[in-house]
Amino acid sequence: MRDFYGVTLDSPLMLGTAQYPSPQVMQQAFAASGASVATVSLRRESGQGQAFGQMVRDLGVRILPNTAGCYNAREAITTARMAREIFQTNWIKLEVIGHADTLQPDPFGLLEAAETLAADGFDVFPYTTEDQVLARRLVDAGCRVLMPWGAPIGSGMGLNNRHGLRSLRAAFPDIPMVIDAGLGLPSHAADALEMGFDAVLLNSAVAQAGDPVAMARAFGLAVQAGAMAAGADPMGVRDMGVPSTPLIGKAWL
Amino acid sequence: MGRCITFTRSGPMRDITIIGAGVAGLFAAWHLSQQGWHPRIIDRNGAPGPHGCSWWAGGMLAPICEGVTADPLIARLGGQAADDWAQVTTVTRRGTLVLALDRDRAELSRFARLAPGHRMLDGAALAALEPDLADHRHALHVPSEAHLKPRQALTDLVTALHNRDITIETDQAQPQDVTGPVIDARGMAAALPDLRGVRGEMVVLHAPDITLSRPVRLLHPRHPLYVVPRGDGIVMLGATQIETEARRPITARALLELLSAAYALDARFAESTVLETGTDLRPAFPDNIPRVTVRGRVLHLNGLFRHGYLMAPALARQAADYLTRGTRGELIHED
Repeated sequence: MRDFYGVTLDSPLMLGTAQYPSPQVMQQAFAASGASVATVSLRRESGQGQAFGQMVRDLGVRILPNTAGCYNAREAITTARMAREIFQTNWIKLEVIGHADTLQPDPFGLLEAAETLAADGFDVFPYTTEDQVLARRLVDAGCRVLMPWGAPIGSGMGLNNRHGLRSLRAAFPDIPMVIDAGLGLPSHAADALEMGFDAVLLNSAVAQAGDPVAMARAFGLAVQAGAMAAGADPMGVRDMGVPSTPLIGKAWL
Repeated sequence: MGRCITFTRSGPMRDITIIGAGVAGLFAAWHLSQQGWHPRIIDRNGAPGPHGCSWWAGGMLAPICEGVTADPLIARLGGQAADDWAQVTTVTRRGTLVLALDRDRAELSRFARLAPGHRMLDGAALAALEPDLADHRHALHVPSEAHLKPRQALTDLVTALHNRDITIETDQAQPQDVTGPVIDARGMAAALPDLRGVRGEMVVLHAPDITLSRPVRLLHPRHPLYVVPRGDGIVMLGATQIETEARRPITARALLELLSAAYALDARFAESTVLETGTDLRPAFPDNIPRVTVRGRVLHLNGLFRHGYLMAPALARQAADYLTRGTRGELIHED
C-alpha cells in the first residue's frame, strides 16, 4: 500500500471514534474492522480528565486527530496545534467547514489553514471536494495526502460524483488519497478502493449501525476485497455482451 | 463506630452504611429498608442538591426510547422504573412523543424500526395528544413510557426514608472508615477504575405559551433534543452528551444548539425565559451500563450514565437482593 507521510498502514480503513453506543462497542468495532487509524475530534472530546482520549490511545492504532466543527482557518489552526500537544503527532485531518447544512468544505479557509499548518511542520490530511484546482493548490501548499469526500458527511450516499473522483485520481497518480465522508455501506468502501483510492475514512456508517461491530467487520472485509481487486487489474467495461466461452475453440466433449 | 441492632416487630434490622445521597444511594436505602435493613446514609453535602448530578437529570422513564441506542439490558431492566418510582413520588404516565422535522424523517423511520410498542401518529392523532405540536407531520408515540420531576422525586424519596427513620448525615466518609457492610454510591467521587465522566448540559425555560404534557424527543442527526415538561409552563431542555470531564459552565455552543433545536420544534420557544442552565458529569463505565461492583463488604453502585432515574431502581434492587439473599443479578460484578 502507498505510504501516508512515510507511514505504511496495515489496512486501508480509517475509522472515526464518535457516536458509538458506548466506548466498549467502539473498542470492539475497531478490533472487528482491523482499522489501522482512528480519527478523533478535538473540539469537544478533550478537556480535563481525558478518560475518553485515553480509551482512543488504548485502541493501539495510529491516531489522526481532526478539526471537525471548525468553520474558519484560524479556528482549525488552533485546534490542530492543540491536537499536536495532546496526541503527540504531526498528523492532522484538516476540516474547515463552509456550510452548516451540507458540511461541505470551505475551499478558501481550507487552503489558508493547509498552507499555515504545512509550513509549521504538520502532516496535513485535508478534507476536500473532488475539485482538481483546489487539489492542485493543496498539493502546492505542501499536502502529500488528499481526502476527497464521497458525499456530504454523515449522508451515507456513497460516491456521489464518480466521474469527478475518477478524474481526480487520474490527475494526481502519486498523491495518496483517502475517500472521506459520505460512505454508508461496505460496497461503497469497496467501490472506492476498486477505483484506485488508497484508503477510506468513515464513522457514522459503523457507529450508527444497529450492530456496529458486525458492520465494522463488514467494512474491514470490503476494503480488503476492494484493495485486492484494484491490485488484480480489473477488466474494462464493454458496450456489448462478450461470451465467456468463444464459439471457436469450444472444447469437444 | 459501634454497631447496633434495632429490633422491630418483624425481627432484628440489619445495619448498613450508604455513602452518597444521590439517586443511587437513596434508592438503595429504599429497597434495603423494605428487605429488613436499617441503612445509615452519609453524604459530604447532606441532602440532595445542585452538588450532585441527580439534580440535573431529565427525569424521563423511557426504556424503549433509550433502548434504540443503549444496550438491550437498559430497556429490559428500566421497564420497572415507573412502578418503582410510583411508590414514592408522582409519576406521569403519558408516554413519550418522538418527532422529526421534514428533512429528517428518515431518522424517524429508523427510530420506529427500533422502538417496539410505538404508534405512528397522523396529524389528527398528534393534535389530539399534544395540541401545541399540531403543526408537525412526522411523529410517533411510545405510550408505555413515563416521566417524573427529578428534584421532587429526590425530595419525596428523602421524605419516604425519613418516615422509616432513615436520615441523611452530613459528613465526610470513605468506605474504609466504616465498619460492617457498605454501599458506596458516590458517583464520580468514588474514582473507580474504568469510570469516566460524560458531560451533560441542560437548560430550564419558562415557556408559558407552550403546553406540553409529556416528554418530546426531537430527532436530529447532529443536535438531538429532548424537552421535558415540569408543569407550570416550565420545561427542561437536554441534553448534550460529550466525552469530556470538563466541569465548566455550559458552553455557548451547547446553549445555541439546544435553543436552536427547541426553536425548530416550536418558534414560540424564542419568547421563553431562561431560568437556569446546568452542567455535570455522568459517571459511566466503558459499556455505559451501571454496575454493582462487589469488593468484600463494600458494594459500589455506580455508572448510571444518562440513565440515573431509569436504572437506579433496578441497580438498587439488585444490590439489595445480593445483600439479602445472595442473588447475582446481571448488574452484579464480583471483583
